Amino acid sequence: MMATPAEEIPIEVHDLTVAYQHRPVLWDIDLCFPQGQLIGIVGPNGAGKSTLIKAIMGLVPLASGHVEIFGQRSRQALRSVAYVPQRESVDWDFPTTALDVVLMGRYGQLPLFGRPRAKDKEIARQSLDKVGMGDYADRQISQLSGGQQQRVFLARALAQQTRVYLMDEPFAGVDAATEKAIVTILRELQAEGSTVIVVHHDLHSVPDYFDHVLLLNLRTVAFGPVATTFTEENLNATYGGRLHLLSDVTERLRQGEWSARKQAK
Amino acid sequence: MMSMDSVWIVLIGSLVATSCALVGCFLVLRRLSMLGDAISHAVLPGIVVAFMLTGSRNIGFMLVGAMAMGMLTAFLTDVLSRFGKLQSDAAMGVTFTWLFAIGVILVSKFTGMVDLDVDCVLYGEIVLAPLDVIEWGGRNFGPRAIWLTGIVCVANLLFVTLGYKQLKVCAFDAGLAASIGISVSLWHYLLMGFVSLTTVASFESVGAILVVAMLIVPPNTAYLLTDRLSYMLLIAVGVGILSALGGFLLATWLDGAIAAAMAVVSGVLYTLAALLGPRHGVLARHRAHRNIELHVEEADELGSELRS
Repeated sequence: MMATPAEEIPIEVHDLTVAYQHRPVLWDIDLCFPQGQLIGIVGPNGAGKSTLIKAIMGLVPLASGHVEIFGQRSRQALRSVAYVPQRESVDWDFPTTALDVVLMGRYGQLPLFGRPRAKDKEIARQSLDKVGMGDYADRQISQLSGGQQQRVFLARALAQQTRVYLMDEPFAGVDAATEKAIVTILRELQAEGSTVIVVHHDLHSVPDYFDHVLLLNLRTVAFGPVATTFTEENLNATYGGRLHLLSDVTERLRQGEWSARKQAK
Repeated sequence: MMSMDSVWIVLIGSLVATSCALVGCFLVLRRLSMLGDAISHAVLPGIVVAFMLTGSRNIGFMLVGAMAMGMLTAFLTDVLSRFGKLQSDAAMGVTFTWLFAIGVILVSKFTGMVDLDVDCVLYGEIVLAPLDVIEWGGRNFGPRAIWLTGIVCVANLLFVTLGYKQLKVCAFDAGLAASIGISVSLWHYLLMGFVSLTTVASFESVGAILVVAMLIVPPNTAYLLTDRLSYMLLIAVGVGILSALGGFLLATWLDGAIAAAMAVVSGVLYTLAALLGPRHGVLARHRAHRNIELHVEEADELGSELRS
C-alpha cells in the first residue's frame, strides 16, 4: 500500500491528550482518518467521543498534541470542516427561523461585514430541501420537533459545502423517518467524496451505517474497517465487560422478569 | 405645547433607550442580563479616574475610561469563575460590587475636586440635563447630554448593523462561530465594551440603577412579541422610545422623578406584552390550549359516533 500524502488526509490527530481539571478525558490519541469514508465513533458514556470532536474543532483546550486538517495546522484549515454539535447545545427558543439557521452555515464564506447574498440563500434553501425540510423554511425553530431540529442542523452543515463533516450524536432522540433521512444524506456525502465522522451510540446499527469504526474509551481501543474492527473482542475491550451486563439487562427485560417483580411489590 | 427643555428631555431619553435596547437584545439572548447590571455599576471608578486625570467632564475620556472598566468587569468575572472556582453569577457579584465600591470611595474622597455627585450617578438627573449646554466661541451647541447620548447611539447602531451576523451567530451557537473563524471572545468583549459606553452615556440622565431597566426590559418585551431577531431589535427600540415618552408624560402628570417613571412605563409595557403577546402571551397560550382541547373533544365525539 502506498503512503498517502499528508494533504490528502482529511484529519490527522497526533498524541492528543485532553484533560478537564486534571482528569484526563482523552489520552494520547493518535489517528489518521481516511478520505471519503463514513466513520463511526463509539464507546461508553464519558469515553471522550464528543470531546474528541470538539478537540478537532479547536473548541476545547488541548493538554498536549495537535490536529492537522489536510496537512495544515492553522485555524483557517478548520473552514473545510463542517461541525454538527449536539442538538441540546443551543437555545431553540432563539428568535430565528429554520432557513436563517441554515444560512448561518454560509457566514464563514462571507466577508467581515458582508451580508448573505442571493446565492447563499439559494444554497441554504437547497440544503433544507435535501433534508426534506423545505416546507419548514420560515418556521420559528422552537416549533420544530426534535428530529426536524436535527435535520436543520444537518442542513446547516451541508450549506457549509465542505469536504469533511463532524457530527455529534445526530441520531440521538430522533424519529425513524429522520434517522433514515440522515443516513441517506450521509451516503450521498460519501458518494461525493466527502469524509463523514459521526459520534454514534447505537451499537446495533454500526455495521449498517459505517465503513470504518473507532472504538474509543479514553484511548483508542481499535480503529479500522468495520468488518475487521467491530469484533466482540474489541467491543469487550472498549466497554470493559459492561456490554455483557447491558445485554443481560435487555434479556431480563425481554423475559418480563422486572415487571413481574414490580407487580409483586 | 411642550417647552424646549421637555423636547430635550424626551430626546435624551429616547437616545438612551435606543442605545440600551440595541445592546440589551444581545445581553438578553445570551442570558447575560445581569452582566449589564454589573457593568453599569463597575464603570463608576473608570469615570471618576477619567475625571480626575483630565479635570474635566470631557466626553471622550469618560467614554474611554468606562469602556476599559466594562471590559475589565467582563474579564475579571471570567477569570474568577475560571480560576477562582466561583459560579459565574458569584464571580460577577464579587467583581462589580468591588469596583463600584472603589468608585464610591473615589467620588466621596474627591467630591470637592470633581463635579460629580453620587445621587446623580445612581438615580440620574434628566431634568437638569438640558441646562448643561456646550458653548463654544460664544455659541450654544445644545445640551452636552444630547451629544453624549447621540454619539453613543450612533456608535451602537453601527456596531449592531456591521456586526449583526457575528453577534447573532455568537449568541445562537458559539461552537459554530468558533468553527467558522469568528472569535467568540473578541465579540463578547466588544459587546461588553458597547454596553459600558451605553451605560456611561445613560448615567447622567437615567442613572446607574435604572439603566439596567432600559437594557433589559424593552428587549424582553420585544422577545415576547416576535420570532425574528431583526424585528426584536426594532421592537425593542420602539418599546424603549415609547417608555421614554410615556415616562416623561407620567412624571409630568405626577410631578415625580422622570427616570423612574420611564422604568415604570417600560415595566407596564412588558406586562401588557406578557399578557397579550400573539404567541407567547398568557391569553394566546390559553386560547391555543383551549383549541387543542376542542379538537380532542371533537375527535372523541367523532370516534364514539363512528364506533356506535
